[in-house]
Amino acid sequence: MLEVKNIEARHGLLQAVRGVSFSVRKGEVLGVIGANGAGKTTLFRAITGVHPDMTGSVTLNGQDISTLRPARRVAAGLAMVPEGRRLFPDMSVRENLQVAGEHGRRGDWTLATVLDALPALKPILKSLAGNLSGGQRQAVAIGRALMTNPNVVIMDEVSLGLSPIAIEGLYESLGQLKASGKTGIVVVEQDLRRATAFSDRIICLLEGAITLEGASGELSHDDITSAYFGLKAESHEGSAAHA
Amino acid sequence: MSVSRFQYERWTPAGLRTVWTAAVVLAALAAAPIVLPATAVEKLTTLWIYVLLAVVWNLLAGFAGLVSVGQQAFFGLSAYLTLRLVEWGLNPWLALVGAAFIAGAIAIPISFYALKLKGGEFAIATWVIAEVVRICVMFDPLVQGDTGNSLIALNAYAPDLRREVTYWLGLAAMAGFLVLTFRVLRSKIGSAAQAVRDDEEAALSVGVSVMQTKRIIFVLAAFGTALAGSIWLASAITFLPRTNFGVQWTVFMLFMVLVGGLRTFEGPILGALIFFVLQETFSSYGVWYLFGLGFIAILFALALPDGLWGLIRRKRGGDLLPMGTLLKQQASGQDA
Amino acid sequence: MLDAIIQGVLLGGYYAILAAGLSLMLGVTRFLNLAHGDLAVLAAYLVIYLVATWHLPIVWAIVLMLPVMGLLGWALQAFLFARTMKGGFLLPLLTTFGLGAVIQNGIYGVFSSDVKSLGNFIGNLAWASWKLPFHISVGKLPVYIFVAAVVVLVSLQLLLSFTKLGRAMRATTIDEEAAELSGIDARRIQRATVAIAMVLAVLAGAALAMRSLVNPYTGPTQLIFAFEAVVIGGIGSLWGTLAGGIVLGIAQSLGAKISPQLFQLFGHIVFLAVLWWRLKGAGSLGLANFLRSLKGGRA
Repeated sequence: MLEVKNIEARHGLLQAVRGVSFSVRKGEVLGVIGANGAGKTTLFRAITGVHPDMTGSVTLNGQDISTLRPARRVAAGLAMVPEGRRLFPDMSVRENLQVAGEHGRRGDWTLATVLDALPALKPILKSLAGNLSGGQRQAVAIGRALMTNPNVVIMDEVSLGLSPIAIEGLYESLGQLKASGKTGIVVVEQDLRRATAFSDRIICLLEGAITLEGASGELSHDDITSAYFGLKAESHEGSAAHA
Repeated sequence: MSVSRFQYERWTPAGLRTVWTAAVVLAALAAAPIVLPATAVEKLTTLWIYVLLAVVWNLLAGFAGLVSVGQQAFFGLSAYLTLRLVEWGLNPWLALVGAAFIAGAIAIPISFYALKLKGGEFAIATWVIAEVVRICVMFDPLVQGDTGNSLIALNAYAPDLRREVTYWLGLAAMAGFLVLTFRVLRSKIGSAAQAVRDDEEAALSVGVSVMQTKRIIFVLAAFGTALAGSIWLASAITFLPRTNFGVQWTVFMLFMVLVGGLRTFEGPILGALIFFVLQETFSSYGVWYLFGLGFIAILFALALPDGLWGLIRRKRGGDLLPMGTLLKQQASGQDA
Repeated sequence: MLDAIIQGVLLGGYYAILAAGLSLMLGVTRFLNLAHGDLAVLAAYLVIYLVATWHLPIVWAIVLMLPVMGLLGWALQAFLFARTMKGGFLLPLLTTFGLGAVIQNGIYGVFSSDVKSLGNFIGNLAWASWKLPFHISVGKLPVYIFVAAVVVLVSLQLLLSFTKLGRAMRATTIDEEAAELSGIDARRIQRATVAIAMVLAVLAGAALAMRSLVNPYTGPTQLIFAFEAVVIGGIGSLWGTLAGGIVLGIAQSLGAKISPQLFQLFGHIVFLAVLWWRLKGAGSLGLANFLRSLKGGRA
């Protein structure tokens, strides 16, 4: 569904993303892990069109969206819950959702269905987004992305800054989204345990390149940590024997 | 194993050639009034004023990032102060130069206010300050409201002498500021200013005294603009508040610097030359000339944002005068 | 002195219309249009032309100019302003000054330097007034313009608060990138905003031409006043442009009462003082923010 080939992106003079390729199928959850500064956010900013300095191709459902403006990519079915949420603080929760609904695609996700999926939003519809707690804001951000009826939604560091209880609630809602099987989800996560538990497949980024790729059930803890930190695995035979 | 040494080079061969050429040209220009006809001398004086204004505005806005739309405050203030000093009995030539110094000094208290502002607010605030200065100046009965006044005291001198001294004053001011700007840009202040322009917080964090740097550049620019204003008065004799304090001076400076090439040393000089040629050739067309000038400005903003020197620079692969420092790597003689 | 204050308040109405357009553009496109005053003057000249030469009734002339200038605004944003945004702060400056020069001298070239006014075409409205107690007389025209300003601001408020376009404009003002990620085509919204700003410029220009005289070079002065009103009232606030305009108008009128030259000077001093006050520790508080904090919500 979403196919990304050979993305290279620069951050000023620094090569932040080097030759990254991956794909996400309908209903699949792809986990993206990597330390801070590994290039995760730059990669997804490039894929959504917000980062201008990029080469490579991005294809969604067969349509080449590599050169489209971000709003056009949303219209094609690619949504992102950006790092830091980036809500409109002077607008109410309802307006934050409305704006995305008015300018995104038509589909099953409407204000009513989004509120069903994220019931925490129901009592705070009239509140200004700037006055909410971290967990509430994250829910609004996810709701806003859903309102555009995406085929693929990218969640960039959604558990960042949230309390453990809020994270639990969050992943419960995401679990329902995953269960519906209609959307491809990319989860960019710092929490390795969560990422492997929630995702079908994992890719690990280090210094802008993919160091590990595989089904989350088949990757061992050692595989992951060595890919994460860039350590050379001592013996693959050894770790395979442990799996 | 070879050990690399680095050598600091602040001059390039092209740079040295340029400086020698410039010195020769300057000497020739200084001797010029002896051979040239009166109108040529007057016109060249105007050119010196344009170059001075362009170089100074580039220093302020291009290198230090202080985009002032109110430099005309000092341009007109210097002219007014000249008239005032002459009224109090001072010799007109001394008054012209003294007024510039006083105007530059007035920039110091102004800077304590203005430099706290940034971006659009700084730009408009400087424009408003210029208007405030103009209105205050117009309260002086010497200025006679919109009618203005003239530097009649200069008529005491023979026209040729007056013309030549004005010319030399202009040439000296321009050359002086070219040298001064060059030295400043290559000094600690220059790199500090550029650091502040690019990222003020980062500059602060490496110990750059931001306010000090900005103030020095602001006052220098005010002084330069004031000198230009004095020389303009000496050349034109008449002082009209709305003309000498008009925002069109800023527009001309903006035009020269952007058409020539922002943030380069050579750019404003080129821009001033172009502006001078345009003025001389087309200003007789009056309003339609100014219309065309605005049109050209828009074209440059769209098509050539780096200015003409930016274009030349790209073709040449570098500037005539080096603004930075080159590191030359030399391997030591040890390895085989 | 009371009538100076009243005059000042009413003058604020005109400033609000001019300033609102400038403020909207500044927020949504982050572009400071220094030619805004010149565009209002251009609109005034065109209205006068339609009225004087083609004998159109004033209202018709104004209504006709609204879509014309709106379209011009759309084109300016699409082909000119948007292209200069990548050049940092200086390119937009050069562009708008250049545009201003083109407009000012174009008007002069076509219409000559005669001062013009709509005052001749509105009958006694130009000088009619109501007599109030304490020997105060209040001009009818300024009151009508003030009422028009309030109507305009209310309409803009309704647009921003309750329409799809308005929400998109607010979102783009707050965070252009996040707006794009929500599916909003920021470029389209910005073009629409400049079109709206030009519509406001027509109304402001007509008001100016009715109240007083216009000449081809009036633009920059009006632009300064508009910017002063925006800053005094608080950048980013719609009703702040009215509050700022009123404060500016009062300062100017009080100055004029003492001496004609003090009209502009008092306004400038209040502007510079408000800027200073904000820096000194009131943070980024403008009048509107202050009023807003009193109400406990967003205007």
